[in-house]
Amino acid sequence: MPGPTVTARPRHIARAGTLPLLLLAVAAALFVASLIDAAWRGSSTDLASSRKLVAELNLTDLALFTEARYTRHLSQADRHTPFQDHPLALDHFPSGSLVPPPQRLQQP
Amino acid sequence: MSHFVRRQRYLIDFTLASLGRRKGKNLGLLGVYTLIVFLLASVMLFSQSLRREAGLLLENAPEVVVQRMVAGRHDLIPADYLERIGKVRGVVAKYGRLWGYFYDPAVQANYTLLVPRDRQIKNGEMIVGHGIARTRGLGAGDYLTFRSAQGQSFAFRVADVLASDAELVSADLLLVNEADFRAFFGITAGMYTDIALEVRNPREVRKVAEKLSVMLPDTRPILREEILRTYDALFQWRQGIVFVLLGGSLLAFVIFAWDKASGLSAEEKREIGILKAIGWETGDVIRMKFWEGALVSLGAFLLGYLAAYGHVFFFDAALFAPVLKGWAVLYPRFHPQPFVDGLQVATLFFFTVFPYTVATVVPIWRAATTDPDAVMR
Repeated sequence: MPGPTVTARPRHIARAGTLPLLLLAVAAALFVASLIDAAWRGSSTDLASSRKLVAELNLTDLALFTEARYTRHLSQADRHTPFQDHPLALDHFPSGSLVPPPQRLQQP
Repeated sequence: MSHFVRRQRYLIDFTLASLGRRKGKNLGLLGVYTLIVFLLASVMLFSQSLRREAGLLLENAPEVVVQRMVAGRHDLIPADYLERIGKVRGVVAKYGRLWGYFYDPAVQANYTLLVPRDRQIKNGEMIVGHGIARTRGLGAGDYLTFRSAQGQSFAFRVADVLASDAELVSADLLLVNEADFRAFFGITAGMYTDIALEVRNPREVRKVAEKLSVMLPDTRPILREEILRTYDALFQWRQGIVFVLLGGSLLAFVIFAWDKASGLSAEEKREIGILKAIGWETGDVIRMKFWEGALVSLGAFLLGYLAAYGHVFFFDAALFAPVLKGWAVLYPRFHPQPFVDGLQVATLFFFTVFPYTVATVVPIWRAATTDPDAVMR
């Protein structure tokens, strides 16, 4: 009497690339999502309040660097403001190293 | 087609298994690579967002601002200049602006005092920017006392606080009426800080500025387009400065990656020799190494870019805030808008993915074309 037949099930060997490729696909999908998010949220509508204030108060500059007057109102600065203490005074505000002179002053 | 895809899939599987055998080394490389991309992408996204935001906001700035210069410095401008400017053709509106700075020793912050044209503010009252309100813990109904230029104390009642979502342009603003402003700074009637002009035809703005320079030689006109250009240049400059600062670490990474990618270890040479001996073609070996370079660099690019996107647009570029803040006490709280420049992203992609992939393939091509026996020895 023949014994029970045992059929070997085909074993699926886990492929080394499956998980990393899956992660890469997720990252790629998130990258595409970030571009869609930028297109969706990156409109000027969120700036409406600031834009209104600029028009109403005739503002000329961003309040990004409030430490010195030539960095607070960058576009209104003259050639001498960074050297306000004496003619050879070195600019001592950290923001001064981040902001270039106004474009207008760089022209000959 | 399916044969081609399956073939590539097997090559990728083999490549990833091969990378997995040197897990620590390759994960370290991926980590450093990702960090470099993260730093570059953060600077790029933040600068681009601020540049675009500045452009959109300052579109509404005055068309022309006329400043009076005395001995090379900005000085008050007499009101009769308004009448003289009125004779310039093309100017449809002109008005004197009153604004100035006040240093508050209590919190060591600089404020910008400004007189609004259309907003009615009662005597002894002021409207404060949200940045000041936050720093000094103010709300409507509170009082602020300052010492004026003449040494007198001025107590102002806070009538209102400007909107918090407009902090980028108004964090340090204090709005007062004209009488209070003049009394506080001791500026006599008939003097203004500068003059703003509106010009009927935008194409005539430059001509108007030229006429003003001739008519009023002690003044200088500042055009809106110059303000916009200044901010455009500012963020390009800052991006450039950060890139230069990052240059050292970038160079170190390039040397590291080049060495890793182009210098074949004895183990890798042996691996290639074995592959060729068991029947792999040169093309397969190159393809396998191409996938290695492409997967590592693409992974680093995607991870670094996504981390940078989250850092800038969800965590408000928290790592950069101390740099921007400098010594300023008042720093605006703002959320960068996700304005992404596709060309910049493409450039970043090209310069991060392409060189590494090429650096991986070239030495392999040299090793793969030699005799397997010689390679294995």
